[in-house]
Amino acid sequence: MKKTYKIEVDCAACAAKMEEAARKTAGVKEATVAFMPQKMKVEFEEGADESAVMAEVLKNCKKVESDCEIFL
Amino acid sequence: MTKKQKKVFVRIIISAVLVVAFGLMPIEDGYIRLALFLIPYLIIGYDILKKAVLGIVNGQVFDENFLMALATVGAIILGEYTEGTAVMLFYQIGELFQSYAVGKSRRNISALMDIRPDYANIEQDGELEQVDPDDVEIGTIIVVQPGEKVPIDGVIVSGVSTLNTSALTGESLPREVGEGDEVISGCVNLSGLLRIETTKAFGESTVSKILDLVENSSMKKSKSENFITRFARYYTPAVCIGALALAMLPPMVNMIMGNPANWSQWVIRALTTLVISCPCALVISIPLSFFGGIGGASSQGVLVKGSNYLEALSETKYVVCDKTGTLTKGVFEVTHIEPAEGVSDNELLETAACAESYSSHPISRSLKEAYGKQIDASRISDVEEISGHGVSAVIDGRKVSVGNVKLMKKLGISYTKPQKAGTEVHVAIDGNYAGHILIADVVKPNAEAAVAGLKAAGVRQVIMLTGDAANVAEAVAAQLGVDVVKSELLPADKVAEVERLLAEKGSKERLAFVGDGINDAPVLSRADIGIAMGALGSDAAIEAADIVLMDDDPLKIATAMKISRKTLGIVHQNIVFALAVKFACLALGAVGFVNMWWAIFADVGVMIIAVLNATRTLKS
Repeated sequence: MKKTYKIEVDCAACAAKMEEAARKTAGVKEATVAFMPQKMKVEFEEGADESAVMAEVLKNCKKVESDCEIFL
Repeated sequence: MTKKQKKVFVRIIISAVLVVAFGLMPIEDGYIRLALFLIPYLIIGYDILKKAVLGIVNGQVFDENFLMALATVGAIILGEYTEGTAVMLFYQIGELFQSYAVGKSRRNISALMDIRPDYANIEQDGELEQVDPDDVEIGTIIVVQPGEKVPIDGVIVSGVSTLNTSALTGESLPREVGEGDEVISGCVNLSGLLRIETTKAFGESTVSKILDLVENSSMKKSKSENFITRFARYYTPAVCIGALALAMLPPMVNMIMGNPANWSQWVIRALTTLVISCPCALVISIPLSFFGGIGGASSQGVLVKGSNYLEALSETKYVVCDKTGTLTKGVFEVTHIEPAEGVSDNELLETAACAESYSSHPISRSLKEAYGKQIDASRISDVEEISGHGVSAVIDGRKVSVGNVKLMKKLGISYTKPQKAGTEVHVAIDGNYAGHILIADVVKPNAEAAVAGLKAAGVRQVIMLTGDAANVAEAVAAQLGVDVVKSELLPADKVAEVERLLAEKGSKERLAFVGDGINDAPVLSRADIGIAMGALGSDAAIEAADIVLMDDDPLKIATAMKISRKTLGIVHQNIVFALAVKFACLALGAVGFVNMWWAIFADVGVMIIAVLNATRTLKS
């Protein structure tokens, strides 16, 4: 299951940090953040609850980059 | 500017004015000066300080916020109030510029790809109503007025018009359409009113697929991008540790040696290196370059599905082309008529067309097309197909045999051998040889220029694969200047051939396969880069290929390579330039030759130059 989310992040380095934070979140198989189009693509683990995982992803991203936003 | 950017802009102005004003005031007292300078410092830097603290709390110690906070706070503690505030001020100017430039190129690229239709017209009780294209069901009749975009793929039920496809293909020549023609969303209707029955949902329509593809192309990252991300991960902590060592070790050594420790001098040098080392220039300019390159390519009708493919394209040394449909039109046409003595061109063609008039074979179709007139069926009788040989019939009372060499041999008729390559159609009337007609696939007008263009772009070998007969393939290859030609291949042989080439080539060399995307999906996916051409409206090709040429023009392959080379050139320029300036300044800063102002240039100045350089990729 793959989904793409619109995000808001100010710098490319921060986008890389978000990507790593999202990847480390439980339930996320693979995550890619593209800075230029401001998008995050998340591939979920089998059977993961998307909305719960994404809430966790957002929390982890906020930790590494307080200014970021994911539009869920 | 966005709201966020405006806010930063105002903060920059206020604190800049305050710094200059306080700098001019003749205040001697240290504490009053400190108190005054803290005002602009906090105005400009409070968010950076906050992020730095949050970063430490959340275990993100070594990032650029931390670098900036440490450098400026350190400078202020050492009494360098102006420098400390200025560093923060210029850092924010740089950040603002970067966010502005990035936003602008993002908008420019969206404008290049401005093909998203906002509405569809539906006729209701004789009046047009605008609805969201997402709500239009398959099979609905939509109305497209002159000047409007076709919102959804479909078939014209009434109306005649010309369509501008340039947003999709880069092709400026308008396309004429009429009733029964298929139309693709994203085209602009130029002249007449069209009623179109939709054949797809909006989400499945060409325009949605293309937009989706372009917008997601940045998700597939290039090696350069991954390199810089990894680089930044180790680089920033390394610099921080280096700066700490620079601040601590020399004074300690001095103390041990019994010299004055000189703490403040070494701490300032350490802080300078922190400012220099900020990796922003690299981290931002590389994705920006690729984004611009992909955007520039799509405005030329070349869709690149990822930064990695754009990067690989610049390393392409072998281009393998399918013949039919790629270098040739894939349509068989009569290319040569060679009548025997006493027979006219027209008579020969007419006889062949009549005899073949009952067949739907591509050869018969091209004969009929070349003849061009209506065939009176009553003239023809006793049609007999001779499998693998041809056909015999009685036309206007004369016995006619039309077919290949085998047929002539079978009938014992002596024939002349054609001088040119192509499929031969020999004709005999009443047992006498009447001549032959050659039918061949026609080379695309730009094919020769395309092969030359690829060579000019640094491709070592252009290889043509085809299922066609050897003589035909070799004639085309010679005409186009193709290096290697392999003929009479089955689809599986093409895969094997590409695999052999992949095994042979060097590890840094890339192989691209160009096909029409119809029956070469396995080869497209096997090659390093699969390029599908003429893909307008072909979902399978868009799916299977890495790079999609929206029109049939093979010259676009060379165009795409040029764009990719330019993009990669800019990326490498930025990497080398930024690293060279930074390492030079770091080395000089460590021994005290670079002051804080140079450090600001090495950070913000380099970043601005790199971003400006990156935006060049947009222009092609």
